[in-house]
Amino acid sequence: MRRGRERSLLDREGFLGPVMILPAVLYVVALVGFPFFLSLYLAVSDAKIASATSHFVGLANFESALQSPTFRRALVNTFLFTLISQALVLVLGKILATCLLQDFYGKSALRFLILLPWVAPISLGTIGWKWMLDSLYSPVNWVLQATHIIGKNDWPMWFGERGLAMASVIGVHVWRLLPFSTVIILAGLTSIPKEVREAADVDGAGFWSRELHIVLPLLRPILTVAGLFGIIFAFTDMTVIYVLTRGGPADGTQVLASLAFFTGILGGDLAGGAAISLFLFPILLIVAILMLRVARRTEVT
Amino acid sequence: MTVSRAARRAAGRLVLYATVIAFAALLAFPFYWMVLATFKTDGDLYNLKNNPLVFNAAPTLANLQLLFEKTLYLRWLWNTLLVGAAVVAITLVLAAPAGYALARLTGKWGEPLGIGIFLTYLIPPTLLFIPMSRIVAVLDLQDSLWSLILVYPSFTVPFCVWLLMGFFKSIPRDIEEAARVDGCSRARAIVQIVMPLSLAGILSAVIFAFTLTIQEFVYALTFITSSGAQTVSVGVPTNLVRGDVFFWGSLMAACLITSIPVAALYNIFLDRFVAGFTVGAIK
Repeated sequence: MRRGRERSLLDREGFLGPVMILPAVLYVVALVGFPFFLSLYLAVSDAKIASATSHFVGLANFESALQSPTFRRALVNTFLFTLISQALVLVLGKILATCLLQDFYGKSALRFLILLPWVAPISLGTIGWKWMLDSLYSPVNWVLQATHIIGKNDWPMWFGERGLAMASVIGVHVWRLLPFSTVIILAGLTSIPKEVREAADVDGAGFWSRELHIVLPLLRPILTVAGLFGIIFAFTDMTVIYVLTRGGPADGTQVLASLAFFTGILGGDLAGGAAISLFLFPILLIVAILMLRVARRTEVT
Repeated sequence: MTVSRAARRAAGRLVLYATVIAFAALLAFPFYWMVLATFKTDGDLYNLKNNPLVFNAAPTLANLQLLFEKTLYLRWLWNTLLVGAAVVAITLVLAAPAGYALARLTGKWGEPLGIGIFLTYLIPPTLLFIPMSRIVAVLDLQDSLWSLILVYPSFTVPFCVWLLMGFFKSIPRDIEEAARVDGCSRARAIVQIVMPLSLAGILSAVIFAFTLTIQEFVYALTFITSSGAQTVSVGVPTNLVRGDVFFWGSLMAACLITSIPVAALYNIFLDRFVAGFTVGAIK
């Protein structure tokens, strides 16, 4: 009799479902939801790493962040860094994915090489670049000289001035994210039926008009997804900048995430750091809403 | 007519190869550089007159020897494996049941809940590392691998729930229903029928949870300060540099040895990984 009841309890979907989901939801709430609210609290307090107590100070941390030139530079850099790198990644990713859609000899070996930057730990890939752009031994400069792209006496100091340092950081980010966008876009291209392309060819559309008028519109949802993920990865990243330039020269490549780290963790000003990192949130929210719209639209159609 | 067509086809192939090879060369170049630096002698490495792209002196194993004998590299690898194994275990225990339930057992609220879990994956470490550091401090876990074991599932669980949900949905319902008609309970059907069928999906979740922990940098940098307790992704770039002195040969060797196995694992499960990211934008 009791056995029968237990069994029916475990058989009832209304009971088994929540029991199976609850642990995961609780963990996520405890380790994502709770820290998020703690960060809201820290941002309106005067918490320091060194002291256990803190007081409410209102919006003072946000005000002092907005007044600091370093913060404003970091805000501009974050947008520059994200927009430029994502534009490059999507265009190059589409080109590379179109190539990888074809069959050719040696494809799987080349695919492995192309994927390396995404799958290798980012901090280690970046340290490779740190040397390749070194002030004394840079092989990149050596190649540029050997191919006469720069003159015999030019030797760019990649981390020495703001423009070049930003270019390096953006370049490394494009290098890192390109494989990711490529495989996502490739998945989208593969899902377009062959007949669509063939029909376009039969109708006499050339390569460019086929790609522009037929393939690109069909690819829009997946390009949006790749772009949104790319924006999140670039917008919130601090690894590349921390390893490559430490935000230098003179805060020239500082972004919101790295500034939050230097202020909150290395500087010990938890409250200030929390306020700076919360400036990331509005963009994340917008991206999340756009992502939901993509998900919903594809379900309706 | 046919000749020009063949010529155009050949030209198309040529452009294709040239483009793909150029991309591959640019993307893989840093890893080629790591191979060179790993086996070059210091004399070869630091001579500005040499062509840096080839070996100018006989290759050496000295850099590898230094890495394994004089640095904490093996310790970092061990730490990384420990953290990875613990995180994978926690992730599976939490994510596999949740993924199954979201695929099968929930009615109307299953879908929004699934998307909600997916959205938490969008929340980056850089938004949460400051409050997390406070939590880790209160729990007295600074400098301990336990801090990472506690925090990493906050991003591996959402991703793996999403991944496994998609996988369980792809297993036909009929198989389970048939077993249940034969008098099997739901729980038994899960253990005896669904689990064996979903080994591939579970294995890919294991691989991704593991590689995500190997790659993580921000939390490890924030919570761990003593070099003996670091993981590979933080230990290598921060500890093999003393002031302005870079142990380039060993540094590049460490990057190479860590990256290649991770890359190989990832490559095998790539298609499933992509499916986890396309949010149903592809049917």
